[in-house]
Amino acid sequence: MMTDISALKAGLIADIDAADTPDAVEALRVGALGKNGVITGLLKTLGPMSPQERLEQGPPIQDLRESVTAAIAARKAALESAALDARLASEKIDMTLPADPAPQGSVHPVAQVMDELAEIFADLGFSVATGPEIEDDWHNFTALNIPETHPARAMHDTFYFPDAEGQKRMLLRTHTSPVQIRTMMTTPPPIRIIAPGRVYRSDSDATHTPMFHQIEGLVIDKGITLGHLKWTLETFLKAFFEREDIVLRLRPSYFPFTEPSVEVDVGYTLANGQRVIGGDGDAPDGGWLEVLGSGMVNRRVIESCGLNPDEWQGFAFGTGVDRLAMLKYGMNDLRAFFDGDLRWLKHYGFSALDVPTLSGGVGA
Amino acid sequence: MKFTLSWLKTHLATDADLATILKKLNAIGLEVDGVDNPAEKLAAFKIARVLTADPHPQADKLQVLTVDHGDGTPLQVVCGAPNARAGLLGVFGTEGAVVPSNGLVLKKTAIRGVDSNGMMCSSRELELGDDHDGIIELPGDAPVGQAYADWAGLNDPVIDVSITPNRQDCMGVRGIARDLAAAGLGTLNALIVPPITGVGPGPDVRTDDAEGCPAFYARTVRGVTNGASPEWMARRLKAIGQKPISTLVDITNYIMIDLGRPLHVYDMASLTGGLVARKGKPGEQVLALNGKTYTVDDTMTVIADEEAVHDIGGIMGGEHSGAQDGTTDVLIECAYFTPERIAMTGQKLSLTSDARGRFERGVDPAFLDDGLSIATSLVIHLCGGTASEPTRAGSPPLTPKIIDYDPDQCLALAGVDVPADEQKRILTNLGFTVTGEAASFDYQDGMPVSLPGHWAVTVPSWRRDVDGWPDLVEEVVRIVGLDHVPSTPLPRVPGVARPTATPEQLVERRVRRTAAARGLSEAINWSFLSEKEAASVGGGDWVLANPISEDLKVMRPSLLPGLLSATRRNMDRGASSVRLFELGRRYFKQDERATVGFVLAGDQSPRGWQTGKAQAFSAFDAKGEVVALLAAAGAPVANLQNFGDASGAYHPGQSGTLRLGPKVILAEYGVLHPALAKQFGLSGTIVAGEIFLDAIPGKRKSGFMRAPYAPPALQAVKRDFAFVVPEQQEADALVRAVKGADKKAIVDARLFDVFTGPGVEDGHKSLAIEVTLQPGDKSFTQDDLDAISAAIVKAAQKLGGILRR
Repeated sequence: MMTDISALKAGLIADIDAADTPDAVEALRVGALGKNGVITGLLKTLGPMSPQERLEQGPPIQDLRESVTAAIAARKAALESAALDARLASEKIDMTLPADPAPQGSVHPVAQVMDELAEIFADLGFSVATGPEIEDDWHNFTALNIPETHPARAMHDTFYFPDAEGQKRMLLRTHTSPVQIRTMMTTPPPIRIIAPGRVYRSDSDATHTPMFHQIEGLVIDKGITLGHLKWTLETFLKAFFEREDIVLRLRPSYFPFTEPSVEVDVGYTLANGQRVIGGDGDAPDGGWLEVLGSGMVNRRVIESCGLNPDEWQGFAFGTGVDRLAMLKYGMNDLRAFFDGDLRWLKHYGFSALDVPTLSGGVGA
Repeated sequence: MKFTLSWLKTHLATDADLATILKKLNAIGLEVDGVDNPAEKLAAFKIARVLTADPHPQADKLQVLTVDHGDGTPLQVVCGAPNARAGLLGVFGTEGAVVPSNGLVLKKTAIRGVDSNGMMCSSRELELGDDHDGIIELPGDAPVGQAYADWAGLNDPVIDVSITPNRQDCMGVRGIARDLAAAGLGTLNALIVPPITGVGPGPDVRTDDAEGCPAFYARTVRGVTNGASPEWMARRLKAIGQKPISTLVDITNYIMIDLGRPLHVYDMASLTGGLVARKGKPGEQVLALNGKTYTVDDTMTVIADEEAVHDIGGIMGGEHSGAQDGTTDVLIECAYFTPERIAMTGQKLSLTSDARGRFERGVDPAFLDDGLSIATSLVIHLCGGTASEPTRAGSPPLTPKIIDYDPDQCLALAGVDVPADEQKRILTNLGFTVTGEAASFDYQDGMPVSLPGHWAVTVPSWRRDVDGWPDLVEEVVRIVGLDHVPSTPLPRVPGVARPTATPEQLVERRVRRTAAARGLSEAINWSFLSEKEAASVGGGDWVLANPISEDLKVMRPSLLPGLLSATRRNMDRGASSVRLFELGRRYFKQDERATVGFVLAGDQSPRGWQTGKAQAFSAFDAKGEVVALLAAAGAPVANLQNFGDASGAYHPGQSGTLRLGPKVILAEYGVLHPALAKQFGLSGTIVAGEIFLDAIPGKRKSGFMRAPYAPPALQAVKRDFAFVVPEQQEADALVRAVKGADKKAIVDARLFDVFTGPGVEDGHKSLAIEVTLQPGDKSFTQDDLDAISAAIVKAAQKLGGILRR
C-alpha cells in the first residue's frame, strides 16, 4: 500500500510538472482531486477504516493530497507567469520612439530680472511703485529740477505729443524718475521704493532702442546720507550678481535732481573675451562698466513735492533693467530684447518655475 | 572736451604721470572718455643725418645714401626722394618700423641690386601732412638718434573728458587744471593778463537787448596781417581735432578751449557803422559760418550793424563778416549772453556749436576784460597792428553768491567726516572765498556749549552751478574722493522682510508665469505702432509729435498688432508654430491699462507618429488660454458669461467676450479676422486674445482661513442627458439651465457631446450633458432621482430642448 502511494505520488507530480497548458493541469487535477479522482477515491477509503488503520494509512494519503495540490498550484502559477511573459514579450514596442512634445513657454529676461530686483529690494524694505508712461513735462522735468532751458533737457531726446490748448505738455517719460515725484507727493515719508518700467528716448542704434526699461530707487527718511546710498548699491549688486567680489567705483557726476550726484561703475574681469562682473576694474585684465546713476535727492525736488528738505533727505538711483540683464546673463544685442524671436526667447528666457526667491537664489 | 597733456601742464605745475592724472580726473567727476598718444605709432622713427648720397648704379631716379641714425653704425639706404642729399637731417624708419600711412613693415631688402636698410620718410608717410614731394627736412640743430616724435613735440597724449552740463568752467583747459590742483595734483600756474595800451577810442558797439546780451565788450585792432597760425598753436589745435584756419580765427578757438571763453572776430571792412546786440526782427536771415541760412525772430539775440545781421549772438558768426586772408582791421567781440536765451535760441534753430555749449552753461561773467585783453594781446603779437581802447557796453551780472555753510553739513549729507580746515582748504583751492568760524566749543555762563560754525562762502564767478550748501558738500566730497564715503547700512526693520508687492503686481506675476507654464513665450513689443496698425485695431488716442519713424508713432490701443508683427517675423524665419504673449499697457486718453495679449499661430500640434497630421489652432484654444489666464488672475471664472460680440479684429462668428455681468468685459478672444491677418502678412488660422487685467475686480482680503469643508461621506452620482435643441441655441445657456434645475443636488453639469446627423432633425442639434449629483446625509432614492431628472428636463424645455430617448 505504502509503495503504491509513493509511486502514485511520484507519477502524478511528474505528470503535473510535465503538463504544458493550464487545461492539461486542470485535467490532471480533476483526475486526481476531482469528484472521481484517484486521490479523492483514496480519501474515501479512510472513512470506513478503524481508528488504528486510519492512524497508519491516513498520513500518507493526506500527504499525497497536499503534495499534489501544491504541485498543481505551483504548476498553474508557473504556466500563467509564462503565458504573461509571452504576452508581454509580444507587446514589446520601440521605446526609442519620441513622446508627444509639449509646447515650451518662457518668461522674458526683462520680466525675470524685474522679479529678481523686486525680491532683493523687498528684503531691504523697498516696495514696488509704478507710474504712467505718458507723463506731463512737470513730473518728468520741472519737478526734477530740470527747467525748460536746462541743457539736460536736450540730452534726453524726448518724445513729445502735440500741444493741446490749455493743457500741460505731454510726453513719453524719459526715465522712471517721475515715479519719485508721484510717490513723494502721495506717500508720507519714510519712503523706500523701487519703480521699474518702460521708458522712452528718441534714439536708435546698436546699443540704444527708442523704448527700454529702467528701475528707479528712492529712499526718503531722516538722517540718510551718501554712505547709505553706497551701502545700498553695493548690497544690491552683490545680491543681484550673487558674488561677493563686486567692486564699485563711485564718480562724481551731475544730475539736476540729485546733489551730490554719483555715477557708479562696477568692476569686471575679462574671461574668454566676455566681461564678467566682479573683481577690481583696475586689475590688469579688468575694466569698469557704468551701471548706475545716483545721488542725494536735490532739496528743490523734495520741496517740489511739498516736503520739508530740512526734515527729510534721501537718495535716489536709476539703472537700466535691460542692461542689468545683459550683464548678468550675457546677451550682447539690446535690439533682440524687443524682436520677439522665439529662438532668442527660448534661449535667453526663463522657465515659469524659475521664480526668484531669497532661499533659492534670485538668479536662474 | 579734448586737450593734450602738455597743454594742461601750461596751467598746472605737476609731477604726476599720465595714469595718475587720468585716475584723478575720473575721481573728481571729469570722466575720461579716452586717451590717445599719437607718438606711439611713430616710436620707431628717429632723427637721422644723410652722410653720403651717390647715384644708384642701376636707376637714374634713385640714390644710395648712407645714413647716421645715432647708433654709430651708418646704414645704407636706397632713396627715391629728389631732395635727398648729403648733410640733410630727416626722419628715418629702421628695420621693423611700421609706416603709419600704409601699414608697411620696413625690412632689409635689395632695390635694383643694392641693399637698403630702412626708409627716409615723407610727411605723408608719417601722417604728419600732405607733403609727398620729398623726404622731411629738419633744421640743423635736430639731434640725430632721438625719437622724432619726442623732438617734434608729438609725444603728447590727447585726453578726452566728458564734461557734465553743470561744469562750464571745465570747458576750458584752465578749469580742468584748477580742479586737479585743488585735488592735490600740483599747483595752478598764475594767469598773466597782459596790459594793452590802447590807441584811440573803442569801437562803436552797444547792446539794445540787455536781457539777452547784458554786456558787449570790444576792441579794434587795425593793421593786422592774417596768415597761418604759429606752429605751436596749430599743433595743439590739430592734436585735439580742430582744423587750423587762420591766425585770427585760431586765436578765438584757442582761447575758447584754453580758457573756456568764446570770442568773435569781425572783419571791419565788412561792417557798415557800429555793431549792436539786439533782438532779432521776425523774418531776418543770417548766413552762418556753417554755410546754412537761419531765420531769426524776436526771442533771439543777434549782433547786427546798420545793414545786416552778422552773428547769431553767442552761437555762430556770419559767413560774410568773419576774418579773411586779406583782413587788415578787426573788431574783437567779448560778450556775455544770457544762458537761458542761448539755450532757447539753440533749441529753436537746432543749431549746436562750441560757443553755444559754453554760453548756455554760463561763462565766467567776470572774465570779459581779461578775455578781451588776452585775445587782443595774441592778435597784436601774432598779426601785428594797433589796438584801440576797449568799449564796454552794458555790464555782466556780477553779483556774487554767498552761501551760508555749516561744515557739519558735509557729514550730515555725505556721511563722510571731513575736518573743517580741510574743507576750507578745498573750497579755497577751487576759488571759493571762505570767511567765518567753524564749530566751536565754549563755556557760556560757566556751562559747556557747542556753537555751530557758520561760514560765509563766496562762490567764484565761474561757478554758476553752485547755489546752495549741498553744492559745497558736493565740491568737498568729490575732491576728498567718494572712496572715502563709508558704506553705511540702511536701518533694517527687525524680523523677516515684509511682503511688498501690490495686488496688481501679484496678478501680473501669476498671469505671466501661468502663460509661460502653458507653453507661451513672453515677448516685449514696442509700445508704439504705425498709424495703419493702430487703425486696424480701432485707432490710438496718443500720436507722437516727433516719432523716430512712421512705424513707431501711435501709442498702442491693443497688444495684438505688436504680437502679430512678431508672429510674422517668426513665420518669416521658418517657425512652424508660434505661441507668444505680452504683458503690457494699452494707452487711452484717460489712462493706461494693464493687459495681457496672446497670439497662437501655425501648428497647434505638429504632425506626429501617434497624432497624425499637424493640427491647426481653433477658437477654443484661444478660449482655453483666456479662461486659464483669467483664473490665474483671480477672476471668478465660473460666473463669467460669454457674449459673441468681440471687436472687429476677430472672425465675427468665431470669437467672443467674457463678461462679469453684462457690462464689464474681462477678455476678448477668437479666430483673428482674415482681413487683419492678411494685413500683417499672415495666413492660415490665427487665434488670439486679450485679457483686460484692469477690469478684473480685486479680491477682498479675508485672511488665510479657508471656508470650512469636509468631503461628503456619500459618493456623487452621475447621470447623462441629451437634449435636441434648435441649431442657434447657445450651449452655455442650456448647461446653465440644467445646472440651475436643482441648486442643492446638482453640483456640476458638463457638456460632453454635440451631435448633428441621423436621428436629429434638420436645423437642430443634440447636446449631451453629464450631470453630477451630490447626496447629502443619505443616498438618493429612486423618487429623488426621478424628481431631479424631471426638473432638469423641464428646465431644458424652457429653452426648446427636448429630451432625446
